[in-house]
Amino acid sequence: MKPLPLPEPLRRGSFGWPDLAVMLAVLTLLGLVAHLGSGAMVSFQPPDVSPTISLDPRNLPEYAGRSSLRMFIALGCSTLFTLIYGSIAAHNRRAERLLVPLLDILQSVPVLGFLSITVTGFIALFPGSLLGLEAASIFAIFTSQVWNMTFSFYQSLRTVPKELIEATTLYRLSRWQRFTRLEVPSAAIPLLWNAMMSFGGGWFFVAASEAISVLNQDYTLPGIGSYVAAAVAAEDLAALGWAIATMVVVILLVDQLFWRPLVAWSDKFRLEQSSSGDAPQSWVYDLLTAARVPSLLAQTLSPAFEALDRLMSHLLGTVGDDAVEPETPRDDRLYNLALLLGIGALLTWLVHFVLVTVGITEVATAFRLGVHTLGRVTILLLLATLIWTPIGVAIGFNPRLARLLQPLVQLLASFPANFIFPFATVFFIRTHVSIDWGSILLMALGAQWYILFNSIAGAQTIPSDLREMADDVGLSGVQRWRKLIIPGIFSAWVTGGVTASGGAWNASIVSEVVSWGGTTLRANGLGAYIAQATSAGDWPRIALGIGMMSVFVVGINRLLWRPLYDLAERKYQL
Amino acid sequence: MSLISVDHVSKRFPLPDGKGEFTVLDGVSLTVRAGEVVALLGRSGSGKSTLLRIMSGLIRPSQGAVSSNGVPLRGANPNLAMVFQSFALLPWLTVQDNVELGLAARHVDRSERRERALKAIDIVGLDGFESAYPKELSGGMKQRVGFARAFVLEPEVLFMDEPFSALDVLTAENLRGEIDDLWNAGTFPSKSILIVTHNIEEAVYLADRVVILGSKPGRIRGELPINLPRPHDRSHPRFKVLVDYIYAAMTNPDIEVSAEIGAGRAEPSVVQATLSPFARPLPHVRVGGISGLLELIVEKGEDIDDIPVLAERLQLAVDDLLPLLDAAVMLGFAQVANGDVRLTPVGRDFATTTILRSKDLFRQQAMAHIPVLNAIVLTLREKANGAMRSDFFLGIWDDYFPIEEAERQLATAVDWGRYGELFEYDAGEGRLYLPS
Repeated sequence: MKPLPLPEPLRRGSFGWPDLAVMLAVLTLLGLVAHLGSGAMVSFQPPDVSPTISLDPRNLPEYAGRSSLRMFIALGCSTLFTLIYGSIAAHNRRAERLLVPLLDILQSVPVLGFLSITVTGFIALFPGSLLGLEAASIFAIFTSQVWNMTFSFYQSLRTVPKELIEATTLYRLSRWQRFTRLEVPSAAIPLLWNAMMSFGGGWFFVAASEAISVLNQDYTLPGIGSYVAAAVAAEDLAALGWAIATMVVVILLVDQLFWRPLVAWSDKFRLEQSSSGDAPQSWVYDLLTAARVPSLLAQTLSPAFEALDRLMSHLLGTVGDDAVEPETPRDDRLYNLALLLGIGALLTWLVHFVLVTVGITEVATAFRLGVHTLGRVTILLLLATLIWTPIGVAIGFNPRLARLLQPLVQLLASFPANFIFPFATVFFIRTHVSIDWGSILLMALGAQWYILFNSIAGAQTIPSDLREMADDVGLSGVQRWRKLIIPGIFSAWVTGGVTASGGAWNASIVSEVVSWGGTTLRANGLGAYIAQATSAGDWPRIALGIGMMSVFVVGINRLLWRPLYDLAERKYQL
Repeated sequence: MSLISVDHVSKRFPLPDGKGEFTVLDGVSLTVRAGEVVALLGRSGSGKSTLLRIMSGLIRPSQGAVSSNGVPLRGANPNLAMVFQSFALLPWLTVQDNVELGLAARHVDRSERRERALKAIDIVGLDGFESAYPKELSGGMKQRVGFARAFVLEPEVLFMDEPFSALDVLTAENLRGEIDDLWNAGTFPSKSILIVTHNIEEAVYLADRVVILGSKPGRIRGELPINLPRPHDRSHPRFKVLVDYIYAAMTNPDIEVSAEIGAGRAEPSVVQATLSPFARPLPHVRVGGISGLLELIVEKGEDIDDIPVLAERLQLAVDDLLPLLDAAVMLGFAQVANGDVRLTPVGRDFATTTILRSKDLFRQQAMAHIPVLNAIVLTLREKANGAMRSDFFLGIWDDYFPIEEAERQLATAVDWGRYGELFEYDAGEGRLYLPS
């Protein structure tokens, strides 16, 4: 489907209307960014001078714009971090031994628990300016999206075909050239998909980080998240409705104007040497390729790129001469020992700090609360599986339905669940449902979609001849599920389960304590414990809470998900 | 003049868990001189690709010296270019940009880059395809891009790592002929060629000198000067004699390879008797493949077949055919001598009988002639429950092979054991057990 006239006649003339459209769009974008960015420069002297949020829906576009700007800045930082961290981890054997496990742990640490630490730090960094809060919010989004982007990039670098690496080494490409011509392109597609997923998840954190009370102090950063918080405080359901509508529009716009064109463009980085069946389409990308301005710009800038290539090649050196590093087992042992000692010392210090300040009984309390939250996550996963797997499989088996519903599911997955929380809270208050049970529903609002999404994807990977075979031999009902569907979607379900469980733990911090106007509901759980410690500024309890949650998440990943994943790899690979 | 030479080069990889080392190459010396085409011929496991990578500076040898133009080599050798089996093109760059890759790395000026790349593309006959992406090209055209990318650098030596083996027969023949024409016309962009191959005909056709590598550990068994006028005529009697001789040498690891064709004769070896049953590697073939091959020989009428003729009839490369022959010989189904394969009576029976009886025959021959299968069955019988974890056997193989090879040995043993109903294997639990 191409809504544009053929690019060819346009190319012959100097400028066509696609060029006009592209230039207008660029100018508008620049103007918007400048306007939204200037909002961050206003004076801010807490607690006396603090920005206020107006509930007039006419302000929503501006608020949404500022939140989006934060998202994009965080995405930029994440990408930069990913490229550097991933490269170092993939190329330096010793750094790898430290960086990869660290990444694994950071991925499991509840991001929201960090807000207290970062908010105080960043406010101290930019006194008298909103920039501190902006930076803290951006940092929260950054930490929520960066780890799995980095992991994906690192994995891609490790799986670049060996002969391609040999070719670039033999043809004496510099490290910079190898990075730009081989590594980034071959990692582009998985990295892009992960960035898209992370970006979707990021809306949750932008909403949570814009209005936050830390160390007995309420901080408000103008944005769509703080608009929702203000609406909750004012018990204004209409304003909430407007916020949700705005959010849907923003997600759709970002998808159409940003992600789709990128996905369409990145299709050329496919590693398979044959052309793929259906290339992704995007009208924005078509517009950009039809316009002459971008290619003219690229041509004009090419000497600059060459110069950059030369400069970076010179700075980073060639790969050829050290591609064959000799092994020195003795040095390695020393390095490992130093690493272990360092980690041991850090852990001892942390345990000491927690024990001295709060005592062993508090640790037991945190553990007991952790078990409560674990129970909630487990119930959530079971219910989500029971409800969404059959629906997902039904959708996946029906290609037409899948095509129709996939964008909707994607939208639901990236829609920040905390926008819906207030409605659920009102419901709980009116019907006197205990938040101890209600928080399961709140956590599920964000996490369940991963199960649905992956069930659909899993069902789609079951080859149709296997399904025909099952019909042919008369498998039906329970038999069909046991012999065909469950083994077929098992790997996909495990992936969905890990993501959903991680998301649920993180969400527990905002779903075990919810308010509506003056009423606050507090559940018994580790998430509520962390939230409470954060707003009270109780450092030892914050550390204990985050540490305990990380232990739970890492433990479950190791004891449950890893073995399941291995099983899926070994036995149920289609 | 010596362009690249290796002197007593060995390469060892450490086995996991500090169980010693696995030797891939042992004491190899080789020199590539200006103006010659050298072919490295060997079966899989002869370390020919490793040797090529050591000579190109991609891998450092454990022992011995590598020099380029008389200077000790450090890092990737700048005087050579390589053509890869899998083409190794960057799919996101056009043909032109792929060819320019090495020039861009040398920071050659943009306009000069264009010009030289266009010339190289012209040489390989791809003009008109400059702006195409690799995925739009056929396999043969992709490899032409691979050649152009190497030619554009005008390297002293061109390395080719099985450059035609990923192509179909006709395309490979066509491209091989064109490369040979370029070389014979004296317009070839490099001074010499080193080609790694497992295709005997290809080696004799292209090379001035064929170096034959032996397996486990990789070493040089000898070399043969071709001594034919270029281009080498396939119908020339000496061409056929050379191909036959090399086949004979490669099917019998005990023949001494020497320039005097037919001078060396097989000496029966007796040293292997004392080895552990697990130290003798099984050839990695399926039983179905063995019986398929034997059936084809039987169908021809006589029980004897000329191996080069057989290879050509089946369109099988040496690496596919020789392991099958090895397995047939090991099992006592066939004998190989002087480039011919001859079925034994039991081999003939195996190839022609019913599936049930062929399983019986296979079981009988395997227990008698394959010590490792015998050892596994005996171990299982020792156990009261007749079962054993596969890790136990894997551990023994691991003492003699790198872990990947040990795993392949286990997989092959399981395949053979299952076929002969000697033992069964539960992949989920990782256990071998006697059939009940």
